Amino acid sequence: MKNAMPEAGGFFQRERNWHPPAFAPGYKSTVVRSPRRALISFPQTLSEITGPVFGHQMLGELDNDLTLNHARPGESAIGPRIIVYGKVLDENARPVPGVLVEFWQANAGGRYRHKKDGYLAPLDPNFGGCGRTITDAEGNYFFRTIQPGAYPWPNGINDWRPAHIHFSLFGHGFVQRLITQMYFEGDPMIWQCPIVNTIPDKRAVETLIATLDMQAAVPMDARAYKFDIVLRGRRATLFENKLEGN
Amino acid sequence: MMQQLRRLKETASQTAGPYVHIGLTPNLCEISGVYPEDLGARMVNEKTRGERITVKMRIFDGAGAVIKDALIEIWQADSDGLYNTPAETRGTADPNFTGWGRQASDMETGVFTFETIRPGRVPFPDGRLQAPHLTLWIVARGINLGLHTRMYFSDEETANAQDPVLSRLEHQDRAATLIAPREGDTYHFDIHLQGEKETVFFDV
Ligand SMILES: [Fe+3]
Repeated sequence: MKNAMPEAGGFFQRERNWHPPAFAPGYKSTVVRSPRRALISFPQTLSEITGPVFGHQMLGELDNDLTLNHARPGESAIGPRIIVYGKVLDENARPVPGVLVEFWQANAGGRYRHKKDGYLAPLDPNFGGCGRTITDAEGNYFFRTIQPGAYPWPNGINDWRPAHIHFSLFGHGFVQRLITQMYFEGDPMIWQCPIVNTIPDKRAVETLIATLDMQAAVPMDARAYKFDIVLRGRRATLFENKLEGN
Repeated sequence: MMQQLRRLKETASQTAGPYVHIGLTPNLCEISGVYPEDLGARMVNEKTRGERITVKMRIFDGAGAVIKDALIEIWQADSDGLYNTPAETRGTADPNFTGWGRQASDMETGVFTFETIRPGRVPFPDGRLQAPHLTLWIVARGINLGLHTRMYFSDEETANAQDPVLSRLEHQDRAATLIAPREGDTYHFDIHLQGEKETVFFDV
């Protein structure tokens, strides 16, 4: 018999005070895009606790290397070369394997490869700005990229986004779906950002700041940042079903 | 003092921003050559079982304007009510149906188009059958935490009337915000983020 808790139950209720509220007027776009009625709860069904599964075979060789995946042969993206690595855990502090992690970012000048980005910083012909990977059996992931630049955005007259990488994660259930952003240790712009400041609790912001890890750096190549991510945890069905192996 | 539970807190959400498509549908926004095709773009193939349907969705903001920079993902059962995932223990889902779709809207019209099949019925935890439905997750600039909702089908009146989720809504007139009318083989689902017609969103 296995003593591990079986993975079968529904997910813990989301702590909504830890996440940014829908209506956060310092970030002006939320004003007309935030639902105002109470959210409705119901017991999770298979529609909520299951989700699509992605296999490692779908990944291309360069999917986790943004310095090369949009570059001409023999060339690479411009900017400070970094490795971002970490572990995906759940609220029970257990590693989550098989998580599809997708990421996107601006180039080293703070410009996105997107029709709607008119910032005057130039595009880098060798940088697309997207990548993906899948966590291993211990919940680990990593990718290579360049450190993105800060950029101005239309909110207040002089609002700038701190350097950041956008993350999208698929856990094992559709209600674990999460999109967030990673920031960089030591960046003074973090605490001035209206989007960061939609998060009410400073401790929640701190978990979005990746730590410089010189021990994981590759000498003469790339520095490393560690960014662990926590997805919603799952209730064990100890008292609802018999334990596996019993 | 007593023992600590040692639970972690879920990583806080941040908006997907206006450039979510670079990350999640790069081919659509002209970043080609990185992935062979955008994930979730195709849910069905020639061999998929079930009734083919098209679902067209739009999202309106509180000022009544159509939002053109959002992204919607749907998750649904196959025509027998089974989910295509190893966690499905009631049987084996149709291998020719992914059950999961991801779309950006048309940049001009704001219309999201999903080519899929009508799902079968999935049980509620107490064993009652739910009406056929799609589970939706919506992200965009100005949305700080992805929104969960469902779409039901207008021509499933009997099943909808018995659905455990629809029937628990305190304000029954709001159930209509979750039901998509049918025109031919197409269902039209309009999502309102705010206002009198605000769609029911879920905390699940
Ligand atoms: Fe950004």
